[in-house]
Amino acid sequence: MAISQSVPPPSADYIRILPELVLTVFGMLVMVIDPLLDEKNSHQALGTISFVGTLVALASTFWIAHSPDYHGTAFWNMVRVDDFSIFFHIVLIAIAAIAILSSFEYLQVQRIRAGEYYGLILFGTVGMCLMSSAIELVLIFIALEISSIATYVLAGFRRRDAASSESSLKYFLLGSFATAFFLYGVAMIFGATGSTNVDAISAALRSGNVPVLAYVATALMFVGLGFKVASAPFHIWTPDVYEGAPAPVVGLMSTGPKAAAFAVLLRIMFEANVPGRFWLIWVSAVLTMTLGNIGALVQGNVKRLLAYSSIAHAGYLLAAFAAHPELGTSAAMFYSAAYAAMNVGAFVIVGHFANAGEKYVALDDYAGLGRRSPVLAATLTFFLMSLIGIPITGGFFAKFYVLTATLKSDLVGLSIILVLNSAIGAYYYLRIIVVMYMREPRGDVPVTRLPVAAALAIAVCVLLTLYLGVFPGRVLDYATESARALVQDNAIRAASSPSVEPTAQ
Amino acid sequence: MESLSPIILTLVTFIPALGGVLILFIPRRDRDIKLFALVVSLLAFVASLHLPVHLHREPLPFGFEINKVWITSPAIHYHMGIDGISVWLVVLTTFLTPLCVLISWTSIHERVKEFFILLLILETALIGVFTSLDLFLFYFFWEATLIPMALLIGMYGHGRKVYAAVKYFLFTMIGSMFMLAAILWLYAKTGSFQFAEIQDAIRGGHVPGFETASLWLFLGFFIAFAVKVPLFPLHTWLPDAHVEAPTAGSVLLAGVLLKMGTYGLLRFNVGLFPDQARRNAPWIIVLAIIGIIYGALVALVQPNMKKLIAYSSVSHLGFVVLGIFSFTTAGVNGAVFVMLAHGVATGGLFMLAGILYERRHTYEMSEFGGLATPMPKYATFFLVTVLASVGLPLMNGFIGEFLVLTGAFQSRPIYGILAATGVIWSAGYLLWMYQRVFYGTVTHDINKTLPDLNLRERVALAPIAIMALVMGVAPLIWLNAIDPSVQAALANVPQMLNKVVSQ
Repeated sequence: MAISQSVPPPSADYIRILPELVLTVFGMLVMVIDPLLDEKNSHQALGTISFVGTLVALASTFWIAHSPDYHGTAFWNMVRVDDFSIFFHIVLIAIAAIAILSSFEYLQVQRIRAGEYYGLILFGTVGMCLMSSAIELVLIFIALEISSIATYVLAGFRRRDAASSESSLKYFLLGSFATAFFLYGVAMIFGATGSTNVDAISAALRSGNVPVLAYVATALMFVGLGFKVASAPFHIWTPDVYEGAPAPVVGLMSTGPKAAAFAVLLRIMFEANVPGRFWLIWVSAVLTMTLGNIGALVQGNVKRLLAYSSIAHAGYLLAAFAAHPELGTSAAMFYSAAYAAMNVGAFVIVGHFANAGEKYVALDDYAGLGRRSPVLAATLTFFLMSLIGIPITGGFFAKFYVLTATLKSDLVGLSIILVLNSAIGAYYYLRIIVVMYMREPRGDVPVTRLPVAAALAIAVCVLLTLYLGVFPGRVLDYATESARALVQDNAIRAASSPSVEPTAQ
Repeated sequence: MESLSPIILTLVTFIPALGGVLILFIPRRDRDIKLFALVVSLLAFVASLHLPVHLHREPLPFGFEINKVWITSPAIHYHMGIDGISVWLVVLTTFLTPLCVLISWTSIHERVKEFFILLLILETALIGVFTSLDLFLFYFFWEATLIPMALLIGMYGHGRKVYAAVKYFLFTMIGSMFMLAAILWLYAKTGSFQFAEIQDAIRGGHVPGFETASLWLFLGFFIAFAVKVPLFPLHTWLPDAHVEAPTAGSVLLAGVLLKMGTYGLLRFNVGLFPDQARRNAPWIIVLAIIGIIYGALVALVQPNMKKLIAYSSVSHLGFVVLGIFSFTTAGVNGAVFVMLAHGVATGGLFMLAGILYERRHTYEMSEFGGLATPMPKYATFFLVTVLASVGLPLMNGFIGEFLVLTGAFQSRPIYGILAATGVIWSAGYLLWMYQRVFYGTVTHDINKTLPDLNLRERVALAPIAIMALVMGVAPLIWLNAIDPSVQAALANVPQMLNKVVSQ
């Protein structure tokens, strides 16, 4: 950061972070309006304002995507707007929008105050969006903190429930511990390369011999980000936190912060091109998918089951990181989008079905849902099929692209482990479907009518999952384009020294 | 009719699914839904008849081709086409589905709407499996058969239906995962999902690393198909699935779903990896022969009628695998013919067993005896179908098994000798079943008043009996179309024993 800071940044820079600004403004608006409204009637109004905020942010992202003038770096090389960051902006803001929609009814049923809740979702999204566009490690750290602190609080919003407080506290303690690791990593890489800028790091690492310190830095940053994406062995917190947190928040935090952390990981791994990443990721990916799947096998609580399943999916996604940078990046991007659509959708249904106090989250409560509420059961089945990875769903192509990437990079061992893991995964998702359709309904579990907002949220998720499953071409092309741009500088280097996996014989 | 050629396959494939979607909008009046499902399935059948009638005018090797880009990256095409082998499997599917609708008319009384939607979607997926020429599309339809079938078993079956459905799902799902990995490997190396392009690339030796990988690729496909066939020792899901499935599910399961496996073996394992197929043939034939004999022996001791028929399928499908891996023209022709004959005859047997179940709610043979007296028409239909399944000359079962055995003898006499015992066993268990159920005096009083077949049931069974006879008397109608495609499929298998069909 050699640029003189006394000069104000050019006004175009503000447009480059327009989505973040829009979200911030709407977040503050929600906070300001909240005390002016009667608490009983504020849910709808505040929810609508926040939802509009996400729509405007989404629109401004699309506008930036179509105005090449506003691509490029801003604020003294701290932020870079490129196809990569735009892709993640769209995914992240869409996740927030759907989470807000699905919270309309939920907050009323659970008697949760709306103002802070929506405000925190919007502020958290600002942090996540910044994570995907920041190319300055210090800014990445700040963005990470913004998003993390928002989610810590959101996890504890069912404050009448001890489990929720436990969830929040656990998440907070372990999370701050993990971010400290990330910060150590940043410090080390600064020590090794003399910069905290992704481009400068990349240049420094390429120019000369790579100091040992850089390897340590890679490992430390991976620990910090590994916690955020819930990759093994930093995944232990996930089931407890997901179980206690409000269901729409789980939908958000199992996809949003994860996608953002994956974006950071992609930037650090492939744009900064830090050393020693291959085995780190290979081992972590294998551990993550295997432990996630095995854990999910024995769960009797649907939220915990989906928590373990989200760990497994993080593992599949990480597998893409082990592949050739360009292929891996585009596969990981597609996976983030597809996973967001199906997982948020599943959690909206789980949240609706859980009812007041989140009473009905056990697998047994779902017995006979297929008969009692055919539409709800059918959509949940659809999302579960997508999570299994059955064709015509986004989940299928997500796995498909990851597998293609790993196979094209000759990682046969990793591919086989991934395939076997998906087979295990099929079993526990299937259990939910079986319980819904093939067990006798239980009379004491109420099924309430789906409110409009939640129905809309589910419909959007279904359509997106279907779209990604039938016409994945456009999204993938965009991801491929941005991946190419991201790793352009490193492509030649990566091609000349491909990673060779011993198990690949 | 030239103009129909490019779209006819799409029509045949998607008419049922479209019908299924339309059923969604029909109000829940069961009669309307059943009638509509019947009309849709008959429509698909009539449309599918266009295929065998006009196939000889179509170019080789695949007729009625349609090839459109579906997804650019990866290069997935909507590529369909059929040859003399797949055309009959498509017709078999469309032939059996209306009969399934008829046979389910009264036996399904709960969630009728969902039942027929699932049935029609299943039909589309099954036809798609046989028409796809893009490996990805094939995999897509292959997986698409999984869910409706599992739901049919799990929702409308009886007894341990959930166990059976989950077992069926997991067996096939895990098997097909390996196929997916193999398909993706091929795509990664050739950049194409097109069956013909991959075949050319392999034949021309343009696939890097193929030498070392070919065995694994062969096995990847083989496991997926062997589970479906099912080949000993992967058959354990089949009896469970059959016994618990509703009648229509059993008919399609035995009639068509199992043929997906043998069709896959012939099309992909032999078509893409002829060298490996040749090299691995001995142990596969041994498994097939074990299946033939083991299936027959287990069928012999079954007290449960449906389980007996299920194990007879294991035995009959063993013949198909034996025929394919004998690599003789007679053997492969016979294998394809057995697929069709078994589809008709065993489909018929399951329908008959289902009719009895509807009346008595049991499949235990000890509960019956002397049924020929109260149900003479039923007994007649049953006898015709049993004889077809046994392989009585002039019935359809005979032709296929005879050809397979001819091929097996040409390949190695010991194969033929061992497999031939299977024919004897099958006569044993099927005729013994017939004797126990129909002959003698009526042993249970409740059976004295059992109503005979009604008109609807006769309408459902008559096509089976007619087809069993026609296929037995005039097999050349089928074989004339099958033979050229079989010749083409075998053309690239090394050291082929080129002997002409002895028919």
